[in-house]
Amino acid sequence: MADSAAVASRKPLIDRRVTKALRVPLILAGIAILLVLLVQGGVIARGNLVYNVLVDPFVLMVEAPDLLLQTLWEGLVAGVLYALIALGFVLIYKASGVFNFAQGIMVVFAALTLVGLHEKGVPAFLALGLAIGVMFLLAVAVERVVLRPLVNQPDIILFMATFGLTYFLVGLGESIFGGNPKVMITDQLFLPRGATDLEVFGGRVTIQHLDVAAAVIATIMIAVLAVFFQYTRIGRALRAVADSHKAALSVGISLNQIWVVVWFAAGVVALVTGIMWGARSDVSFALEIIAFKALPVLILGGFTSIPGAIIGGLIIGIGEKLGEFYWGPLLGGGIETWFAYVIALIFLLFRPQGLFGEKIIERV
Amino acid sequence: MRAPDHPILAKGDVLLAVENVSLGFGGVKALSDVSFDIRKGEIRAIIGPNGAGKTSMLNCINGFYHPTDGRIMFQGKTRLKMRPSEAARGGIARTFQNVALFKGMSTLDNIMAGRSLKMKTGFFWQLFRHGPAMREEVENRKVVEGIIDFLEIQHIRKVPVGKLPYGLQKRVELGRALAMEPQLLLLDEPMAGMNLEEKEDMSRFILDVNQQFGTTIALIEHDMGVVMDLSDRVVVLEYGRKIADGKPEEVKRDQRVIDAYLGVAH
Repeated sequence: MADSAAVASRKPLIDRRVTKALRVPLILAGIAILLVLLVQGGVIARGNLVYNVLVDPFVLMVEAPDLLLQTLWEGLVAGVLYALIALGFVLIYKASGVFNFAQGIMVVFAALTLVGLHEKGVPAFLALGLAIGVMFLLAVAVERVVLRPLVNQPDIILFMATFGLTYFLVGLGESIFGGNPKVMITDQLFLPRGATDLEVFGGRVTIQHLDVAAAVIATIMIAVLAVFFQYTRIGRALRAVADSHKAALSVGISLNQIWVVVWFAAGVVALVTGIMWGARSDVSFALEIIAFKALPVLILGGFTSIPGAIIGGLIIGIGEKLGEFYWGPLLGGGIETWFAYVIALIFLLFRPQGLFGEKIIERV
Repeated sequence: MRAPDHPILAKGDVLLAVENVSLGFGGVKALSDVSFDIRKGEIRAIIGPNGAGKTSMLNCINGFYHPTDGRIMFQGKTRLKMRPSEAARGGIARTFQNVALFKGMSTLDNIMAGRSLKMKTGFFWQLFRHGPAMREEVENRKVVEGIIDFLEIQHIRKVPVGKLPYGLQKRVELGRALAMEPQLLLLDEPMAGMNLEEKEDMSRFILDVNQQFGTTIALIEHDMGVVMDLSDRVVVLEYGRKIADGKPEEVKRDQRVIDAYLGVAH
């Protein structure tokens, strides 16, 4: 008895969780101190490659905090929007185990429908409602024509089917709305324009009003969806379907209904994404590309986690902007297009299941 | 409240009748020409050696499979090709041989999922989780808490079921089926892989469900002691055919049953 009490009381000085959490920052701090010493000691000379990569960017960050803040803000906005796209993938993947290749084109299709209807003279908010209706019809059609006949087929077949869906939507969109880029009806939807300059740290940070609106709307949307899927009957049914088809069927959950719900939710997410990205550039088929930015986000966050999609989106968004601004010039700029994938690749080396990917609990 | 679309059955009436059911997968016959009935309020056991077609039978009853021949009458009505969700709506709940739970969800959420059919509020209120949706959530939560108390699993309410030991998982699965307030409860080997104590607990729960709620139960079980103690009537399958049907003590003495289990000298 006395022995076991002694063992129980022999706790480590600092709780193990704390040491674990502090490990990475401590290592980074150690490296930073080492670098400072090396620079001070003249081992790393100003202007050589190691200095440019490992020291110079951080010096710049400290010297011009306003620039850092600007970059972080832009990264934050981009991150929230990436999270939104990733959310569309996560919803469908969770419920049906399908990686929906068509999510990108759904973004374009939804935005085109909205703008196209408005061009035909439909008032902006009615057009918005109709676009939501079109996404619902699309969800029903996908369930009837694509998912239902292919039920119980291997995942790869369903994946290929979403390729088919992609090309179908490209064709349909082009034939109805034409292939020319369109301008998003920002003003008609009362999305703010213009910018505010904030004076901070003796410098200036420019904040686009549209970015603020985008961040707020995306955040609300993500929060509502997260609560919906965590605490309501339909949300529970959705998670149930994701876990076990036969058990879900046995308690009377209809797979077909759940599939319509998730595809519709993904469609609405696509519409919001389309409006936000469309307002920042044009509404054109090139927008489809941004869906691929969701891939590194999904790799980071795991394919099945909503919080994962959010945090993954933020890491990619911020990481990408910081990389572009501080390290981009070393490579001649333009690293934004591929830097996200590098971040994801590095993450994969350490956590193959992503940050929040479902732990696979399996009994043998 | 609309009137029930089926006659209200008294104890002892035929709740479910299986008539000349056959089931084939390509050339393999899983069931051939099986007939038996399940009466309201009884505990009906389906036994037989491995591969006898017991689980296939349950799958037919709950709509996972459709019989290639014959028909199944439930509450006096013949069902043609019925989907599992329709069976669930009709009041048939089940558990599975190798537990099928929603592993990532908590015990509470698993059992709440069993209430899916009892919850009706539309997408709109669900989306905001207010008004009618919230009231409904609370009402159903009360029922579920009752089931959790009944099954004595209060201590694992918030634990993801994937982390629970097997015996408790089986109990949660029973809870999820009970949450549907079923007319007919199908249990596929509820005691497989359990130790003696767990088996005794499960037997007690099955008897309590039958007596307190008057739920009709059909169960598949290999433990002969359990079957003989629990069930009112037993049907015995072998190679997809029915070889005996009757009270436990009759079945136990039946020469064909003894041969099926022990093998015959050729």
